[in-house]
Amino acid sequence: MAVAKEHIEPKKKASAQKDEVVIHAQGVKKAFGDKKVLKNITFDLKRGENMVVLGKSGQGKSVTIQCVVGLLKPDEGTLDVFGENVAEMNDDELKQLRIKIGFLFQSGALYDSMTVRENLEFPLTRVLKLTDQSEIGKKVEEVLDGVGLLDAIDKLPSDLSGGMRKRVGLARTLIVNPEIMLYDEPTTGLDPITSREISELILNMQKKYKTSSIIITHDMECARITADRIVVMNEGEYIAEGTFKELQKSDNEIVRSFFNE
Amino acid sequence: MAEQVITGWRKWMLGIGEQCVFFARFFRNIFAGGFEWSEFVRQCYEIGYRSMMLVGITSFIMGLVLILQLRPSLVELGAASMLPKTLAVSFIREIGPVITAIICAGKIASSIGAELGSMKVTEQIDAMEVSGANPLQYLVVTRILATSLMVPLLCIIGDAIGLFGGFLALNFTDSISFSLYFNKCIASLDFSDFLPAVVKSVFFGFAIGFVGCYKGYNSNKGTESVGIAANSAVVTASLWIFFIDAIAVQITSLLFYK
Ligand SMILES: Nc1ncnc2c1ncn2[C@@H]1O[C@H](COP(=O)(O)OP(=O)(O)O)[C@@H](O)[C@H]1O
Ligand SMILES: [Mg+2]
Repeated sequence: MAVAKEHIEPKKKASAQKDEVVIHAQGVKKAFGDKKVLKNITFDLKRGENMVVLGKSGQGKSVTIQCVVGLLKPDEGTLDVFGENVAEMNDDELKQLRIKIGFLFQSGALYDSMTVRENLEFPLTRVLKLTDQSEIGKKVEEVLDGVGLLDAIDKLPSDLSGGMRKRVGLARTLIVNPEIMLYDEPTTGLDPITSREISELILNMQKKYKTSSIIITHDMECARITADRIVVMNEGEYIAEGTFKELQKSDNEIVRSFFNE
Repeated sequence: MAEQVITGWRKWMLGIGEQCVFFARFFRNIFAGGFEWSEFVRQCYEIGYRSMMLVGITSFIMGLVLILQLRPSLVELGAASMLPKTLAVSFIREIGPVITAIICAGKIASSIGAELGSMKVTEQIDAMEVSGANPLQYLVVTRILATSLMVPLLCIIGDAIGLFGGFLALNFTDSISFSLYFNKCIASLDFSDFLPAVVKSVFFGFAIGFVGCYKGYNSNKGTESVGIAANSAVVTASLWIFFIDAIAVQITSLLFYK
């Protein structure tokens, strides 16, 4: 019961906005077979906040955000988004929730049989159910311009570089103006210059659209640019939390290993 | 050893359960509103047009070869004039639908399995779902309905081309006019030959689309699973086709050939 109280209170004070909690995870556990991937995940994401999750690969970072959007169900614990438990939602509620959440996949996950334009139109026509062609066209061009890829509008994903694909993927999730963004390794596999551009893009999006974000990464430059707060994840648990500067001074070995690269 | 057999069977039974659930979800999504007409038409075109050549060639050769094979026996029996009728009945009732379906299982079920499998591996299906769109409606419903419609059409085209192949083969040795040949064919057929064949090929088409979609949509996330999905889609769809064929002949003979 204590858990429920904790997240109802900030919701009541929604007018205060700044401290409103949009994602509340409490003791989330998840196992695949015998393999315990998430052991005890507890965190709050506040409105307008960028939370960076640092961690080596295979620690359960992606699994965590897949639980947030209901792609996976936690075995134990509660995961509330906008004050509602994701695991208890029916299909319709889940759909409504997903409209408010943008999810950038590690690979970009562009629909490879569609052009960039069709990729961006897809959420507009299928999810928001827009029908006005000129409005759709305008929106697509505006968002694509925002990520600097207006030239590529009629290309197929297979003709784009890794960085361009990520940016189109970003544009496709941002086009519906989500309130929460989940970025899965937005800069992995990109050259330093493109990485920096993407990181700055993420920061701009936060400022422009006031989104709250979880950013999964092991790129320290990206963490430095985007993070309001950083948590370090290891073997299914959060082992440290703080701002970039605070963690820099940490004497935990695993935390140090990220900063000493 | 015994344990392996038991877990094998358990998996198989679980698979059947999963397929029932998948079918229920497919069925619900047909009527869920927002039918994807343009994608459905595109799939019909892809599935129908792309397989037409292959179905045409195989049916043509089948018709030709059947006449050449049947001819000696029927001549021996003094029933050479029965050749068009024999070919027409066997082709329309059995050979046409099954050949078409098997060809389509090889071509369509595998390509659907591979396409959806690779969309699964590259997280495109997850992305669609997470965006709040309905991947089942966009990807699965359109494909299954398209195969259910196009396989019977391909089958009818294949029948016609097969009979034409038979006509050419007959003209290697005898000379029979085109109109006489086709009149003989048509005269030997009636509704009870044609209708069950078409109905059965609707089911063949459904099986091809359903198995392809099921295998692709539920494939694992490793890169090797794309190949596995495509391969097992072909094998399973082919088995289904013979299975449906065996049931269909029972039902047809109950209803029509008393
Ligand atoms: N759908 C799944 N089925 C089974 N195992 C999974 C699944 N998703 C992730 N895992 C396993 O969970 C572990 C953590 O994965 P993940 O969250 O992707 O790690 P990362 O921190 O690199 O994002 C990995 O060992 C992975 O094999
Ligand atoms: Mg990951």
